[in-house]
This record gives sequence, structure tokens and C-alpha cells, in this order.
Amino acid sequence: MNPLGTRLTVLHVVVIAMLVVLTGRLWQVQVMQGTKYASTATATRTRNVMVPAVRGQILDAQGRPLVRNRTALVVSIDRMQLQRMPDGGREVLKRLAAVLERPFDEIEKRVRPCGPGIRRPCWPGSPYQPIPVHDHVSTRKALQILERQEEFPGVIADVQAIREYPLGRGAAQALGYLQPVTQEELERRQGLRASFSGVDLVGRDGLEAVYDEWLRGKPGLRRIAVDRMGREIGIEEQVAPVTGDTLITSIDGRVQRIVETAITRAVKKAPRADGAAGVVLDAQTGRVVALASYPSYDPSMWVGGLAEGAYERLLSAESGRPLVSRATHGTFAPGSTFKISSVAAAVYDGYPLNGIYDCPGAINVGSRAFHNFRGIGLGPMNLKTALIKSCDTIFYRFAYQQWLRDGGMKPRANPKDPMQFMARQFGFGRPTGVDLPGESGGRIPDRTWKTRLWEASKQENCTRAKTGYPEVAKKDPSRAGYLKTLANENCLEGFVWRPGDAANFSIGQGDVLVTPLQLAQAYAAIASDGKLRSPRLGWALVRPDGRLVKKIDPPVSSKLPISSELRNYIKTALAGVPKEGTAAGTFSGFPLDKLSIAGKTGTAEVYGKADTGWFATFAPADKPRYVVVAMVSQGGLGGGSAGPAVREIYEKMFGISKDGKTVKNLDLRPAVKLPTIRPDGTVSAASQ
Amino acid sequence: MSVAARRRPPLRIRVSSQVTRMDGPLLVAAAGLSAIGVLLVWSSTRLWNGAESSAFASRHLMNIAIGVLLLAAATLIDVRWLRTLTPVFYLVSMLGLVLVLTPLGGTANGSNSWIVVGGFQLQPSEFAKPALVLMMAMLLSRTRENAGKPRIPDLLFALGAAVLPMGLVMMQPDLGTTLVLIATTAGLLVLAGIRKLWIFLLIAVSVSGAAAVWFLNLLEPYQVARFTAFLDPSTDPRGVGYNSTQSLIAVGSGELFGKGLFHGGQTTGRFVPEQHTDFVFTVAGEELGFIGAVTIVALLGVILLRGLKIARESGDRFCALVAGGVVCWFGFQTFINVGMTIGVMPITGLPLPFVSYGGTATFANMIAIGLLQAMHIRDRTFT
Repeated sequence: MNPLGTRLTVLHVVVIAMLVVLTGRLWQVQVMQGTKYASTATATRTRNVMVPAVRGQILDAQGRPLVRNRTALVVSIDRMQLQRMPDGGREVLKRLAAVLERPFDEIEKRVRPCGPGIRRPCWPGSPYQPIPVHDHVSTRKALQILERQEEFPGVIADVQAIREYPLGRGAAQALGYLQPVTQEELERRQGLRASFSGVDLVGRDGLEAVYDEWLRGKPGLRRIAVDRMGREIGIEEQVAPVTGDTLITSIDGRVQRIVETAITRAVKKAPRADGAAGVVLDAQTGRVVALASYPSYDPSMWVGGLAEGAYERLLSAESGRPLVSRATHGTFAPGSTFKISSVAAAVYDGYPLNGIYDCPGAINVGSRAFHNFRGIGLGPMNLKTALIKSCDTIFYRFAYQQWLRDGGMKPRANPKDPMQFMARQFGFGRPTGVDLPGESGGRIPDRTWKTRLWEASKQENCTRAKTGYPEVAKKDPSRAGYLKTLANENCLEGFVWRPGDAANFSIGQGDVLVTPLQLAQAYAAIASDGKLRSPRLGWALVRPDGRLVKKIDPPVSSKLPISSELRNYIKTALAGVPKEGTAAGTFSGFPLDKLSIAGKTGTAEVYGKADTGWFATFAPADKPRYVVVAMVSQGGLGGGSAGPAVREIYEKMFGISKDGKTVKNLDLRPAVKLPTIRPDGTVSAASQ
Repeated sequence: MSVAARRRPPLRIRVSSQVTRMDGPLLVAAAGLSAIGVLLVWSSTRLWNGAESSAFASRHLMNIAIGVLLLAAATLIDVRWLRTLTPVFYLVSMLGLVLVLTPLGGTANGSNSWIVVGGFQLQPSEFAKPALVLMMAMLLSRTRENAGKPRIPDLLFALGAAVLPMGLVMMQPDLGTTLVLIATTAGLLVLAGIRKLWIFLLIAVSVSGAAAVWFLNLLEPYQVARFTAFLDPSTDPRGVGYNSTQSLIAVGSGELFGKGLFHGGQTTGRFVPEQHTDFVFTVAGEELGFIGAVTIVALLGVILLRGLKIARESGDRFCALVAGGVVCWFGFQTFINVGMTIGVMPITGLPLPFVSYGGTATFANMIAIGLLQAMHIRDRTFT
């Protein structure tokens, strides 16, 4: 008999129950909920570190870099970590400022987040990104920080690839710049949100923005195992970053430099000039060979964050808004360069191509006399001479007659408006579709536009029609009277397309606005096969080892509704301009027999400002290779401001000296084949 | 009881026959748990700074070797001698507990629980467990003739013998060991056949005592925090709830088959503190999975059930009480230790028998197995 009796049985039951409870609970925790705990474990044990991908380069047509990368020691700050400190990290920033030999104030400003009322410098990116405060520290300073991490918690010093611009200011607006990705962009981009560290930049303008998706590459991922103190104890998984694609552009770095120099000189020579643009297109393909805007800036100033006041300077009127490209964003009245459209419109409308038209000093359009340039009558002439000599009155008459046929002040139901129709066929009034962001479409004023303008300004005009302009009257009573009459007229019938509007339109004046790129596109259509091509800077996207990802061809957007006879007629006419026309003075001494240039000057009046000078050309005239357009804002006469710039561009491109002798056999041609990128990454221009 | 048993046998030790009469499953289970323990200690300490990867595992192995010697000694000792020497063991053990509280004692994790003897760190509270089992078994085995119930004076003596080490251990303070002593005492009193009235009385005293401890703020704040964290670990997952949260994650993430020995990420990252001692079960749970964890529970179950079997088959009250006391001790410690890693018990600083790293605990556990074997052999010899 057991000495302890039934009590042992009780203990037995208790022990069995305990074993069952433990086993059951283990089953519940490990088998039923195991997956949940396993993923929790992975989350607590690992940290995902994004390894930023090296951004692709941007090359010119010969394979020379326009934007490349260099490595730099960058010091950045983890703001989240600083904020957890009792003093918000002030002490750390102070110590950092001392090491970097920068004012504390500046560093503090750089790390604060941008927001309403906060002027740059500030941090426009995501709060979870390290904020770079210095992008070219010396190795010694970086080590000072790295070796004393306990004094610099939240401060990171590492090697990063940063953008470098070998052309300096060259093509700055076209190339664009990078900026830290914002929180919203981050959230829009799938996959990036959850896992990212390191400074992620996005192209904010120019080619960097348009081709961002390709240039960006794919960031790599390193999943590191950490212990409970957050110390790295090993790498669990590693996915190497994928370098971005290289963008090969049709830009020719040499031509780009030539154009920049030429338009800069043109601005310096014209006393009131405040800006200029130069566009060079491959006449046959519509590719952009050079795209320049003056004033420009060095995009490397964006690298590592803008300095105080820099952003304001980039956009201020005093510094000429160097951030904005005059070639694609700037709109200007085209002046007589527009006449290629008007002459095509006239012939399209039925005026005989080979007819003889009188070019008087002035004609009456409606109740107003419209004068020829300087009021000089040139007598009867054909359309070719009208283009060469840039007779205005012939075009006034065309426009007036067309206006009358459309019903005049009481327009027909469906007015033909041949001039507007043709201008649109030439691509004016809408963006060219170039591979650059934010391009302006210019303006082709018409009846609808006038109605809308009238509706918008009616109230102001009608008030002014009653009150007049007392503030102007104090200084200039006659002008005040004129303005009052104008206000009254606009109030009553501002929506009417008036004969003066039509006349001004025909010579690219009044409310017509074009961008230099639009004009170049139109001239390329004339110079080539009559097809309008949407210009492209991008030529191909290739992997860093040379494999082609995507070839980019300028798409044909439309065909000019004119016969090849008319097109050739215009080409021949334009070839006469530098020989005997409005650009003859500019091109005196130029060997036109060796390099025939076709072009049209333009001088557009701008109220209150000096004229906008234009010269739109293509060469060689018989077999066009390049379209070159130069525009000098407030440059004065087109032949006098933009003309010399274009001449300089041609001289340098074709190796012609000032006195007109061929000094070297330079003879640039647009690249036909893509440059070769070998698997090891070396690049060479294709043999043409 | 046979007449032969009354005659004092000659004091000879026939080792070979003693060994063959030992309880096999009990030995196998203890050996298996010790082996698993060495591996788990190795895995959990292999990446620690400033040590050879197997330093802790080797030390643990050495402790086990010493433990095996103690096991053998306890097995071979004659039960009557054991009974005679029990007061000596008890007094030596109590002396150790007193020494801990003197400047000779060392501090670890906020508790004074160590004394250093000849280069060895000893934890007298571990020895208090077998000493208390022996002492109480001795006192409670003296019954009134055939009544099967302990005499009142012996009962009071036994209670006194239990309260003394409890008080001394509580002063270290070591709540975990105190709870083991309480559980063992309670178990022994119940097994000894005290009246149900007494049982209710003791429960009432314990409950009011616990209430007094709670309301008079006799517990350390961390102990209170552990208890509240057990009731709701989410109250402070980074603070006191951290241990229970992290050990649950570690055990749960092992899933059915575990991540493989030496491949537990939570173990490698040391997310669970004390993972080679009190929380060694989390290493098993993570690296060996449900299969491994249940194996450990099952092996401990084997020890408990064999202990119960020995108690049941014993014809002697003393032997049965010693075996039953050991079962209560191991059973409670197992349940608390495994339970706290899987969220069924509050966090209490207790090692897992045979598996956790720790010299004195290993020695004490081995002695206990030796005692069970001695009771077993005695039964085979004299019945």
C-alpha cells in the first residue's frame, strides 16, 4: 500500500495537466501563430538599407558627357534621430558646424523642412531621408566625424555619387537638375516608400526630369541583421543596385558651346539686350543639336542643396531668370521670320505664286495706315523679293483682303482665316512636344482668343472708357486720350477680329508669340521634306554596358499643306536673304558660294521695350543640314543682333574665319550613328 | 514493512549492482536534457564578445560532469544514512543562505545570491531546494502509528524548516526560488496527508500573506511591473513587457521545425535577455521549433512521471515524500519557466531544470536525480 495514498494521484493529475497545458500552448504559439511571429521576428531583427543606384549619364551625340557622376564625401544628417534628442540635436549640429567650418546658422537652416513661409535653404525632401549638409568634405573631416560617432549621433559621412556638369553653364536649362524626392512623390512611387534610405533624387527639370524613369536606375537593397542594440551583425540578403540607363542625346557639345558663345556675344553687343536663345536642329531628322538660353547658370549649384538666396536669384527678374529657358519657355513676337507661314497662307489661299505684287510705303488697312519698314516703298515685286527685302505692305494687303473676304467687321459663320490656319500648320500656337518639361506653346491669336480676352478684360476696359487714365494724363495727356479711346473701343467691340489684328498677324506682330524652338521646327519643316517633326534631344537610352534599351526618334506630327513647289520657292527665296536681302550686311564677306545660307530676319516690336531680333536659317541652302535660329530679346534689328550670332555659329561650325576664308576643314555634320559604348563603359563617337 | 528491514544492514556499497538497479528512463531523460542544454547554451553564447564560441558550453559541460559525480554519490548513499545526515545537509544549506547575505555574497541582476568557494561561484539557494525536500520529508515521515498523517509537532517543525529558507532567499531577494520553495513545501504538506482543514487554512494564510505582500509594498517595483506586464504585455512592450514580448516572438518564430541549431536570428541578435540561463527555452523554441520544444517538455515530463512512479512504488514514507518533493520542485519550476516564455506565466527568474546554464542549479538537479535513484534502488533492495 502506498504510504502517501491518493494524494500522489492528485499530484499525478496535476503533472499531466501541466504537460498538456504547455504542449497545447506551444502548439498554439509555434504552429498556429508561428507564421505571424516569424514575420514579426524578421521585422525586429532586420533593417532594410537601400543602396542608391548610380544615376545614368547624359552624353552628347559624340559620346562626350554632358552630365556625369563623380564620387564625393557627403556629410548628411538624419533628422529623425536628431529630433529624438532632448535639445533637438542643437549640440550635435553645433559640433558639426565647428568641424565643417561652416556657420551653425546655415547648417540649421539646411536641415529644417521646407514649408510655407520658409525660404531656401531648407530641406524639400522626405523627413526620413538623410539631409546632405556638405557635399565635398575632406577625408580628414569625414574621418573626424566617423571616428567620433558618439559625439555625432545622427550624422552620416559616406561616399556618394553626385552630378557633375562638364559644360558648366552650357545647356543648363535643357539638362535640368536633381532635387530630393518629396514625400508625395515617394508615396506615388511604388516600392520606394517602405524601403529607402540614402538621398534619393529626382530629375526636377529638363532631360533629367523627362528621362528620370530610365536615368534613375533601381536602388539595391541590403537587408542587414541587427541585434537588440541595433548593431549590425550580418547581411541577410543583398540585391545589388542597378545603375540607371545612359541617355545619349543628339546635342553636340561642340555646337552647344559655339551657340552659347555666339548668343552671349550678341547680348553683350546689344546695349539693351536682356536675353537670348539659340537653337540648332538637324534639318533632316528634327533632332536638337544645340539648345541654348542666355542668361544661364551652373546646375552644379543644386548639388547638395542650394545656398541661401540662390533659388531667388535663379528666378529673379534682375538676374534674368536663368532657370527658365528662353528657347522653349520664352515666347516672343516672331516678326518677319513669321512670313514663311504668311506667304504659304497667301498662296494656299489662291494668290499666284509667281504673281507680281506692289510694295508701297504704306497701305490703308481699315481706317489706319500701315507702313512698310521705315516707310519706304519698294515698287512691284514677286513673292521671292517680298521675302528677301521683307516687304510688309504686301502681307498687310493679303491679310486685309482675306479679312474682308471673311466678312470684315461682320464675319461670316465659318471664316477661313488662312493666316491662322497656316500658322497652326507650321506648328505655332501649340507646344512642339519636345522632350523637355513645361514647354510653352506660344500664341496664335484668333477670333476665339479675342473673345475670351474681351470677356476677361471687359469690366476694366469699360470702367476705363468712362474714367479715362488720369494718372497717365498728368505726364502724357495725348497718350491718356489714346488709351481712353482704346478702352472704349475694347469695351464695346473688343471681341471683334479687326483689320489691324489681321495685318499685324501677317508679319508676326501684334499678339503673335512663338518660342525659338517652334520657329526652328517650322524652318526645319521647310528645309527638309515639308513634314513637321516634334524635336527631340534624347536619341537613345542604353545600358551602361552599351546595350540599347530604347531608340528615340523625333515623331512626324504633321505635313505642311503646301506643295513642294511652294516649299522650294520659299527655300530659294530665303537663300537670297543673306546674299541681297535684309541679312546681306551681316553676311558681307561670308563665303556664301561655299556655304549657302537660307534664312529670314525678324525684328519684332515690343511695346515699351527694344525690338526682339531674330534670324532663322538653314544651311546649306540647297541640301539643308542644320537649322539655326537665334533670338536676342531687346536686341534691336534682327539682322544686326541675331544675324551676327548666327553668322558666328556657322563660321565656327564650318571652320570659316571672320574674313570669309576657310581656315580649317571642320565641316561639322549632325551625327548619324549613335556613339559606341563598349561593355567596359568606354565611349567613342561612331565613325560618320 | 518486513522484519528484515528493521535490522540494520552492513554498510557496504556494491556499485555494480546499484547501477544496474537504477531507473533507466530517468537517467536517459536527464542525460538528454543536459545534452540539449549544452547545445542550446552553445548556440546562445557562441557570438558573445571576448570569449571562445564554445566557452560557456564547455563550462556547462564541466558543470554537468561534476553534477554526474554528485548524482552518483547521491545514488550510492544509503537511505538510512541519508536520513540521518539530513539535518546536517539542511543546516549547511541554511548556513550558505546566511553567508550570501553577508559581505561574502556576490550580486548579480540585483540579487545577492552568490558565494565564492574555492574559485567556484555557488548559489546556495539552489542547494536549499533538495535540502528542504529532505528535511521536510524526514520530519513529515514520522507518523503516529498507522495513521498515515504527520504528528502536529512535526508538522509545525516542518513548517518552520520551510519558512526559514524561504525568508533567507526572499532577503536576497530571489522571488523565483522563494516561489519554488513555497510550491515544494505546499506539495509536500499535501502529499504528507495533512487534513483538508489544514490545507484550506494554509491556502487562506498564503492568500492573505500574498495580499499583505502586495498591499504592504513588500515586492520590489520591478517584480510588480513584471506581474502587470504578464497580465498585459502590451502595456510596455519596450520596458518590462519586453522580455515576454521578445520571448514569445522568438519561440513563435521557430514554427514547427525551427530555424535550425545555430540559425536562430532572434537568438543571434540577443533579443531575449538571459537567453542561456532563464530564457534558454526561447532558444529551443526558435532553433528547434515545436518539435524540439515539445521534446524538452516531454523529457521533463519523463522525469516527473518517473519521479511519481518511484514515489508510488516506494514502501517507505520518507522515500515517497523525497520523490514526491522532487516532483513538486521540478514540476513547478518547469511550468513557470516554460510558461513564462510562452506567455502563460509571469516572468520569474528561474532556470529550466537540466537545460539552463548554471553550475549550482545543475549540481542541485543532478543531486535530485541521484536522490530519486537512491529511493528507487532502496525500494528494489528492501521490498
